[in-house]
Amino acid sequence: MKFTTSAFVAACALASGADAFATPQKNAFVPRTSTALNMAFELPPLPYDKNALEPYISAETLDFHHGKHHQTYVTKLNGLVPGTEFEDKSLEEIIKTSTGGVFNNAAQVWNHTFYWHCLAPNGGGQPTGAVADAIEANFGSFDEFKAKFTEAAVNNFGSGWTWLVKKSDGSLDIVNTSNAETPISSDDATPLLTMDVWEHAYYIDYRNVRPDYAKAFWKLVNWDFVARNMY
Amino acid sequence: NNDAVVQQFELPPLPYAYDALEPMISSKTLNYHHDKHHAKYVNTMNSMLAAAENDELKSLTALEDIILYAHQKGNVGLFNNAAQSWNHEFYWNCMTSPKNGGGKPPKQSHVSKLIQSSFGSHDEFVKQFTNAGNTAFGSGWAWLCYTSTPDNNKKLFVTKTIGAGTPLTDNDNGVVVPILTMDVWEHAYYLDYQNARPTYTETFLNKLVNWDFVESNLKKAMKMNDDKGEEL
Repeated sequence: MKFTTSAFVAACALASGADAFATPQKNAFVPRTSTALNMAFELPPLPYDKNALEPYISAETLDFHHGKHHQTYVTKLNGLVPGTEFEDKSLEEIIKTSTGGVFNNAAQVWNHTFYWHCLAPNGGGQPTGAVADAIEANFGSFDEFKAKFTEAAVNNFGSGWTWLVKKSDGSLDIVNTSNAETPISSDDATPLLTMDVWEHAYYIDYRNVRPDYAKAFWKLVNWDFVARNMY
Repeated sequence: NNDAVVQQFELPPLPYAYDALEPMISSKTLNYHHDKHHAKYVNTMNSMLAAAENDELKSLTALEDIILYAHQKGNVGLFNNAAQSWNHEFYWNCMTSPKNGGGKPPKQSHVSKLIQSSFGSHDEFVKQFTNAGNTAFGSGWAWLCYTSTPDNNKKLFVTKTIGAGTPLTDNDNGVVVPILTMDVWEHAYYLDYQNARPTYTETFLNKLVNWDFVESNLKKAMKMNDDKGEEL
């Protein structure tokens, strides 16, 4: 049974006001309200105001992307889980043991929450420390990594996500997934960074020009979050 | 023949003005969808064909043949762009002005009769097509297809495909001919409907389906299938 990285869980606890260094919630990276009968997942709030990512990602996009798309995945998951084998499972457990509609909605809930944390109002620039070292060791330089990640994202056909992951042997890799697929399905890959390339992520702000969205993405990357995911 | 000129395709124009489908699909959408998305698939396909080294591929001139070739050879890039070129041209023709479009096909048409015999009712066809469109997760297409079984049983069925997928590649077990499609890639409806894909699907069926085109596709398919040339 694999939990999200403790740093990520801590980041979510931080987003909801808890002490980041308190013991992370183990089985609920996406908070569940737990009354006796209603164990529904909740939509985690954005870690920033909806206009905080402007001009790179508009408030209008976040209204739809978080308020509609992400919310719908949560709502649909809550409609699918009760009365099934998934009823008392954490989000990660559901992702690792499900297929079809349950998987699609659960994974998309997780993927989107991870994505929001990959962005920050004062983000962008270049990483330092261990992240910078690892990127240089695996890709030659930050610019080479950025070019390779962008190329993967631009060429990811259809709906999906582009990821920077850490493998179990410590190496870093850039991975494309389709639709709801996510690296946490595998025991070998720890996600460090993701870019949503479903068209709904960028169509309002960039229309068909995914490369322009990629440029904006690099202005927003939350390298602190990436650093915490390395551990 | 080393001097053979490889096939290059032109972006077909929209079969109507950019504002012809308003207010159901905006001219803004058709502008991006046709002039950017569709155009890019055609241009990319042309580049790939121009760079092709395989003699068999270089000799192909029909888009359908290029799609089938790419599918058979597992050439994903060429397949995606060629199939998307075909799918989009087909999609434009599947729609017409909301003044005439959508609703039920004419009662005496072949498609009306085959919808009745295949689905039981027009409403059941609508239900299945709606479901296909709304549940195609991610990017894809909803289709109404004609098929003829080995004992010459003609019928229609609904299916959905992912990404650039197309029923053209489903001919292994006999005749499968697409007669209607709806694009459910988000770029098809995002400017007009945002996340509300079900509203787009409903609007497409109620207001936009070009039943004349669907009927002509069906008649072609049935004539192809029946050497005697008689359709029904």
